Amino acid sequence: MKPSTASSSLSRQRLRSAWLFLAPMLLVLFAVAAWPLARTVWFGFTDASLDRMGKASWIGFSNYLDYLDYGNGTGEYFGLLVDARWWRSVWNTLRFAFVSVAFETAFGLVIALVLNRQFRGRAFVRAAVLIPWAIPTIVSAKMWAWMMHDQFGILNDMLLRLHLIDAPIAWTASPETAMVAVLIVDIWKTTPFMALLILAGLQLVPGDVYEAAKLDGIPPVRLFRKVTLPLILPAVLVAVVFRALDALRVFDLVYVLTPNTDATRTMSTFARENLFDFDKFAYGSAASTLLFLVIALITISFINLTRMNLEDGE
Amino acid sequence: MSMPHWVKNAGFVLLIVVIVIQAVFPFYYAILTSLETGQAIFDVNYLPHKIDFSNYSSMLGDGSFGRQILNSVFVASVVVAISLFLAVTASYALARIRFRGRGLLLLTILSVSMFPQIAVLAGLFELIRAMGLFNSLWALVFSYMIFTLPFTVWVLTTFMRKLPVEIEEAAIMDGASSFTIVRRIFLPLLWPAIVTTGLLAFIHAWNEFLFALTFLSTDSQRTVPVAIALISGRSEFEIPWGNIMAASVIVTLPLVALVLIFQRKIVSGLTAGAVKG
Repeated sequence: MKPSTASSSLSRQRLRSAWLFLAPMLLVLFAVAAWPLARTVWFGFTDASLDRMGKASWIGFSNYLDYLDYGNGTGEYFGLLVDARWWRSVWNTLRFAFVSVAFETAFGLVIALVLNRQFRGRAFVRAAVLIPWAIPTIVSAKMWAWMMHDQFGILNDMLLRLHLIDAPIAWTASPETAMVAVLIVDIWKTTPFMALLILAGLQLVPGDVYEAAKLDGIPPVRLFRKVTLPLILPAVLVAVVFRALDALRVFDLVYVLTPNTDATRTMSTFARENLFDFDKFAYGSAASTLLFLVIALITISFINLTRMNLEDGE
Repeated sequence: MSMPHWVKNAGFVLLIVVIVIQAVFPFYYAILTSLETGQAIFDVNYLPHKIDFSNYSSMLGDGSFGRQILNSVFVASVVVAISLFLAVTASYALARIRFRGRGLLLLTILSVSMFPQIAVLAGLFELIRAMGLFNSLWALVFSYMIFTLPFTVWVLTTFMRKLPVEIEEAAIMDGASSFTIVRRIFLPLLWPAIVTTGLLAFIHAWNEFLFALTFLSTDSQRTVPVAIALISGRSEFEIPWGNIMAASVIVTLPLVALVLIFQRKIVSGLTAGAVKG
């Protein structure tokens, strides 16, 4: 047997086992992701409701946009695309994602820079910083709901003692502050994640860069702007995109901290309340589909922008 | 240069103090509240003055909360076991065997890990009802695969790629089957990565809320995040904050302990999952 045929039969055998290894995972992913997604999209084009899902029939784009002609020359548009509640949810979600990620990046960067310095007790500080990240979202929502309680909350107590406010604030209940409350909890909980990712980027910056800059007497702010920031920018960008995708699908925190208010309803909570609470299963599916499209678009443009080379993994 | 040295140092120390306090205080306050009962809960305290474990005994003695903890432990453990089993073999194929469509496959797996859960909720609900799994813990085991599986595959693949080619060359030449190579050569090397990804997947499954809220309907089947979210009083003024905080501390303490023990591993696992992207 010639070596070339031997090695080609070997690689054929390896190829076969590759697909054998991948098959179970692909099957599971098909069942939990691809198929349910396709069904959700389909439901969005039907009149499905919770108790008659099997007998749903195709109604085209009516869940998205429909014109109801009253016959006397007047009529009205219906559907998701003209639903003020939906657009309010979209706006809330975008605002939430933008503000939370901006603050998390800024605070994360500060914490990462602190943790990147050598000082006594650094291990302790890093452990402390990780705690908010380790706490389940539901638990953080409840903890903060209690701290933000309008009458007995410690947050109002602190602010009153410091004379920053004159009267207690109903953080989660009043429409003006509900979004602020959600943002505070999310920023508190997720900044550690950001800090860790940025810290990992910082630790890739070679130490002699700083030594050289110190010898040359370059001021720290300039060193940061000209050297550190460009070097860690890729890591920061990846972290920002990951967080933004996460923030766009926010559900748990809003659902528990500020249920049922227009001020904080997000795309995900809008979709779920239509699916299961209002018995508008098809309408909720249409909303889920739109949310999916938004996230898919961002993901695709991100992958294109960074030109990730997946074949080599470099 | 402009500021005296000690001012800078004091500023740095102050910054560290602020960072530590904001990180630790909410959980500290939850513990504080969980140790208070009756009227004492409604007086704002910054330091503990009387320690009372009755919130804990009423939560744990009630029966359903104990059951719900077991539900969470069961779901998270089974999810981790199944997804690690599927991921180790799959990531071997993705990391070590060249085949056409590998890049595309990795891209697909990465995009599934970014799926908004709400996008599959309607379809999964139909599927779970059709399989007769509604209100069963297996519904969660099944549906949680959507986030644990892509994550474990992705991290283990990046990890396995970094291992040198030489380690399996001899085995391939000896005609060892791929399964033997995974079991004998890669599994022992993979342990650190498996522990990290398993731990992160466990935490994710333990904390999951949306699917658990939707696919389970009775108290005895619920997992702890949903149980805590649904604790309520008869009115706004009767919300049992002491009980809620005790339950929160019970489900969070093990996580905080795990995270602190494994912090180095977790940090490396998180960065492998994201930064390497």
